Amino acid sequence: MNEGLKHTPLYEEHVALGARIVDFAGWAMPVQYAGIVTEHNAVRQHVGIFDVSHMAEFRFFGFEAFSALQRIVAGDLNKIDALGSALYTVMCDEDGGIIDDLIVYHTGDLEYLVIANASNREPDWDWIAAHMPADGVESVDESDRTALIAVQGPEALKVISELAGADYEPPARFTIAEAVLDTKPVLVARTGYTGEDGVEVLCRMQDAAPLWRALLSFTEVTPCGLGARDTLRLEMGYSLYGMDMDRGVDPVSAGLSWTLAMDKGDFIGREAIAGIKERGPERKLVGLTVAEGIPRHGFAVLHEGTEVGKVASGTFSPTLGYGIATAYVPSGLSTPGMVLTIAIRRKFAEAIVTRRQFLKKTSLSPSAS
Amino acid sequence: MYPENLRYDKEHEWVSLEGTVATIGISEFAQDQLGEVVYVDLPSVGDSVAAGESFGEIESVKSVSELFSPVTGTVSEVNASLDDTPELVNNACYGDGWMVKVTMDDSSEVDGLMTAAEYETFVSEEA
Repeated sequence: MNEGLKHTPLYEEHVALGARIVDFAGWAMPVQYAGIVTEHNAVRQHVGIFDVSHMAEFRFFGFEAFSALQRIVAGDLNKIDALGSALYTVMCDEDGGIIDDLIVYHTGDLEYLVIANASNREPDWDWIAAHMPADGVESVDESDRTALIAVQGPEALKVISELAGADYEPPARFTIAEAVLDTKPVLVARTGYTGEDGVEVLCRMQDAAPLWRALLSFTEVTPCGLGARDTLRLEMGYSLYGMDMDRGVDPVSAGLSWTLAMDKGDFIGREAIAGIKERGPERKLVGLTVAEGIPRHGFAVLHEGTEVGKVASGTFSPTLGYGIATAYVPSGLSTPGMVLTIAIRRKFAEAIVTRRQFLKKTSLSPSAS
Repeated sequence: MYPENLRYDKEHEWVSLEGTVATIGISEFAQDQLGEVVYVDLPSVGDSVAAGESFGEIESVKSVSELFSPVTGTVSEVNASLDDTPELVNNACYGDGWMVKVTMDDSSEVDGLMTAAEYETFVSEEA
């Protein structure tokens, strides 16, 4: 196994820790170490670290970088006018189909860093390159020389601050800043995919393993794999490209209207999306909770015996203790509280429509109820 | 390595016999392979089970496995604790992680199952 798969600089660390390795987007990645539930709980209660070095990093420099990217993404880069700030947004084609979801960081006066899904590295790069002006922007794919470690959980900032030394001021939520962690120069972004407070640390390839080990030297830190990453993000209602959306769906149907800046000026897909907003989407991505059984990707979703959709994302929620899922259903069935059915192999399980954020109270929102 | 007082089948279940009542669970090897158990789907009291046939399912976050009955008979008891605490299967697979009790049609059926030593050999060859 694992032949022909790409390795991050932390691959040997995962093997040494006894991780179960799987193929994710052509990369040999750890799906779990001690166990998905154990790792999930470690992030919710203490702090976990994730190797996400397989993700794509692109940097754009120049006088035209702002306007070029402003045309390409559907969100408003004016929101990240302040240096160091970050924006979660989607990138669409002319039909409004989602090419990827990504975060844009305003890293310099005429400079933007984009972090995108590993599975979309090539299509994203090709799409952006095809839509760049002839002059005024230099585009660099930094993915092959950038490692990325996510440090997430209520104790994450405590660990990062200890590694950064006295007088360290962590960046504010959704901002990125330079730092030195355990003598290594890094970028620390106060962003994440778990719903807990924490950071994502960009470092040089050669610093990844030393930094990983430095983090693991803290007894409260647990190494976490892609399995826990998935249960954590789904509990929060965060979308996963390839499961919750793809090129065939628009942001409105996908529940990502909140990321759109329809009034910022023109962007690719704006017209198509405006049309969908005006008519109202035919189908919507909803949350579903299942008391008996675990919904999984591809399972049929039924209403009064008729199939109306399929499970997009589905798993067992370790924090809530029951099955959770997302699915595209007809808009008429998308009201929270509606009762649908999910076919789980030979059985039919009752599924209640909910909002996609299943878990409300985390270290990011400690007073939520 | 595997409890000597139990019998085992090729699907990695163990059987403990008292009179005609067989208690069934999964072995240490099976729970380790599965990982953290998050859901167990068991039959109901009164259901018939047949040796070699599926009687339920056991799930981890990432996988689903069928449970095959090692014996033939009628389900007399089901471990209700596994509803709230499925991780008992991982932590106490031969004790509190038991799954069902079956009143066997013919208790000599267990003679056809593997001993602990035979099961250990079987596991080492399969792994």
